[in-house]
Parts: sequence; structure tokens; C-alpha cells
Amino acid sequence: MLQYLSTLDRRVVFLLMGLAVAIPILFPLPLSYKPSVLAQQAFDAIETLPPGSNVVFSFDYDPAASGELQPMANALMYHCGQRKHNLYFMALWAPGAAICSDTIDGILLKRCEGYEYGQNYVELGYQAGLAGVIKIAVTDLRQQFKTDKYGTPLDQIPMMKGIQNLQPMDLLVSVSAGDPGSKEWVQLFVTPFPATKMVTGTTGVQSVSLYTYIPNQIDGMLGAIKGAAEYETIVNAKYPGPDGKPLPELQEGQRRMGPQLTAHLLMVTLIAVGNVVYFMQRKASRRSGHARGAAR
Amino acid sequence: MKRTVPVIIASAVGFVLVIAFFIPRTQAWGETAVLWFNILAAVAFVLGAGNLIKVQLESISARRPGWGFALVTLVAFFTMFIAGMLKIGVFPAGQYPEHAWSGKFDSAGAPFGWMYNYIFSPITATMFASLAFYVASAAFRAFRAKNVEAILLLGTAFVVLIGNTAMARLTDPLPEYLAFLRLDVLVANLMSYVATGVTRAITIGVAVGVAATSLRILLGIDRPYLGRL
Repeated sequence: MLQYLSTLDRRVVFLLMGLAVAIPILFPLPLSYKPSVLAQQAFDAIETLPPGSNVVFSFDYDPAASGELQPMANALMYHCGQRKHNLYFMALWAPGAAICSDTIDGILLKRCEGYEYGQNYVELGYQAGLAGVIKIAVTDLRQQFKTDKYGTPLDQIPMMKGIQNLQPMDLLVSVSAGDPGSKEWVQLFVTPFPATKMVTGTTGVQSVSLYTYIPNQIDGMLGAIKGAAEYETIVNAKYPGPDGKPLPELQEGQRRMGPQLTAHLLMVTLIAVGNVVYFMQRKASRRSGHARGAAR
Repeated sequence: MKRTVPVIIASAVGFVLVIAFFIPRTQAWGETAVLWFNILAAVAFVLGAGNLIKVQLESISARRPGWGFALVTLVAFFTMFIAGMLKIGVFPAGQYPEHAWSGKFDSAGAPFGWMYNYIFSPITATMFASLAFYVASAAFRAFRAKNVEAILLLGTAFVVLIGNTAMARLTDPLPEYLAFLRLDVLVANLMSYVATGVTRAITIGVAVGVAATSLRILLGIDRPYLGRL
């Protein structure tokens, strides 16, 4: 057994991981979640703004991170939509603009009432320039975004009237997978202009580096799929669907916590087994070393 | 000349940005410099595409190992490029029905949107998701409690791995005086105090290093942007 485990084919590990992820997807686990303080703070930051507040919503990720970030983007957009905030969408990552459009179609226009393009939401789209886009947009938006995503000059869009830069925004929501993303928003926007609150949804890997900005620069943070599941729990309790039940789009984070649980448990088990094998082998080699020494 | 002019431009722009940060009256200079950077970043996409084509064509013509992948890359690149640029299959926008190209290049029914949604997105998500398999295999083989540091790392990893799952709720019934042992509290404390403290120290260290490196670049001592010139 020890010999088998010490030379375990990695395809066996792959198979175990595949099963650990696939089974809870096919047979969802009934799990419950207790919202963390950070998720509650993120909710409060959006909830306490008066309806019609200006919110800039940045999609700073690509499809690779969608599995982790899309559920929180859905929940954050739905919450903003339920609060009737004016939404200014943009993206620091090129694929983010397409994800943004899909999310608007699937959440804002489908699940939130009263949204009309140009009146209370606008898509500014993606502009090249990485963090430089933020730097310009916070002081002179029109230098960076001459038109919206569809080529309409910003001056012809009713909700852009009087908006010269991002400084009048009441809240920034950044769903971010890396650089440029939430960290750059903190450094170039909410630090020099602290009147704007900030909520971020990030990958688990990135969240560690963003804790340093809580609570002074970042008002609330959703870290990884767990953050999304917690946020969905809060939003679903306050804003359920028309039939009083949570919307299916707002259960994705919770659904993905099942595979995450089993995958994490498998990881812990594998690490533990790997260590047991390692120490047993070390013990065995010491014994054989002593035996050889005694024989000499 | 090939070396001097870029060094002068880099130094001048760098100093303008530094000055613009500290002197409000010069803020507009800094914004102009950043705007130039943003334009250059957009041009870099064209250069990037050109480089991609060149490298892949070289690979194919030399029949290097894996040249078939280079061919797939080029075919995929040109298919997406042509579908997007020519807005193939895009319906005109409602505002401008007489203009065939007025619709969104990435609209859901058009070939570009279809390829984006049903090929590009699943492929990139699959690539990212496959990490879980390799991480599991690597953890099984390499994550060993060989010394005190490794034991601390291992213990922290176990707490964070389990504490970030729904299993953390199993420790909820712990009495109030043992609340600090609840997994969610342990994870929150680890992240808020230990990880944040360490991250701040690293961030400050990196910032000092970046400042020193930036100064060398501004003064033209380091010229990484020149490549092999």
C-alpha cells in the first residue's frame, strides 16, 4: 500500500479531482452560508446609497476567471438594479466589455425594472491603456472615452450630461481578476478622491493583497466564490424573485460552493496522505539504515 | 541615436509624471503623458498581432515541433479577426437600419459573438479550471511538513482551505468563550492580521524597490525598454 501511494500515478489524482468536482455539480449539496462581515459591508455600501446614486461598475476580468467572479458580478449588478442606481459600466480588460454586455442582458434588463440605455445605464466599454485609463477617467472622462461602446458620442447620452469625470460617482464596484483591477482603482481613484466608496469582488488569490486597503479605501469585499455565495445569501433574503424565491442566477455562487467543498476536502486529504507516506518512508529508510549499520 | 532619443523621451515623460503628481498646476502635463501612453498601448495591440503572425509563420515554415499548433493559432486568429472587423452576420443597429455595419461586432447571433461565447470563453475557462488538477497532484507530491516553517504553512493552508468552505459552519456550535477557534473566525483573523501585516510589509518593500528602480530608469542608468539595442 505504501509503495502504491508513494508511486501513485498522477492520473489517479486527476480522476479523484474530476469526481470530487463533478459529483456535487450533478447532485447539489444542501449547504448554508453565514455572511461574513466583509460581504455584509459590501451589501451595506450599495444598500445605504439613496436610489438613483451614480455607480461606476468595472468589469476587470476575462472568461478564465468567470467561474469565480461571474456569480458575484451578477449579484452586485442585481443589487444595484434593485436599488435603482445609475450605472456606468466599463472594462479595464478587453474581454470584460463582452462579459459586461452579457451580464446586463442576463441580469439588469431581465431581472431589474425600469432600466433604459442612456437614461440610467450606459456602457463605456473597453479602452486600451491599462491603469492609465483610470488615471485619465478620474480627471477627464471624455479624453479617454469619446463615445460609448456603440460609438455614440457621450454628449448625446442623457445620463452623461454634467459628468466630466468619475469624481461625482458615489460608488465604485470593481469585479477584478488581477492587474489592472481593484488595486489600481484604489491607488488611482478612491485614494485621491475618498468621497467615492468602493466595493470589490475578487479572486481568492487577489483578495489577500486587497485586505490591506480595508476599511479605509475599500468599504466591502467579496473574496472568491465564498464571497459570492455569502453576498447572494444577503441579496436573496432582501430582494427575492417575483415568486418570493431566490432567482436562479443568484444561486450560482452557492451552487459552486459544493464542488469547492469537495475539492478542498480532497486537497486536504491528499496533502495529509502524502505526508503520512513521506514520514513512513523516512522511518522505514532510517530503520534499514540502522540495520545495515548493525550488520557491518 | 537609436539609444539616446528613447532614453530622453522616457526620462522626460517620467519626470513630467513625477512633477505632475506633486505640483497641481502641472497636472495637465501628466494627463497628456498618460494619454500618450494609452494611445501607445492601443498601438501595441497591432504590434502584438504582427509579432504573433511572424512567430507562428516562422514556426510553420521551419516545421518546428508543434508547428500544427501554430497553424491552429493563425487560423483562429484570422477567423476571429475577419469576423470581428467585417462584422460578418451582424444585424444593423435599430437606430441605423440602413447601415449594414452599424450593429455590435460581438452581438450574440453574429459569428464573432458565437465564437467568443462558445469557443473562446469555454476554452479559457477550461485552461484555468485545469489548474485544480495540477495543483492537487503537486500538493500530494510536494507539500511536506519537513520543518517548522513548512508545518506552519501546512497548518495555515488546512485552516484556510476548510475555513473557506461550507464546512466551516461545523464549528459554529463552539461556545462563545471558544469563538476564536471557529473556522470562519480563524480564517478572518489570519487574513485580516497575519496576511495583511505580511502583505503590507512586502508592499512597502516592493514600493521602495520600485522607487529605486524607477529612479535608475529616469536617469537612464537602467534601460530595459530598449531591449537588445
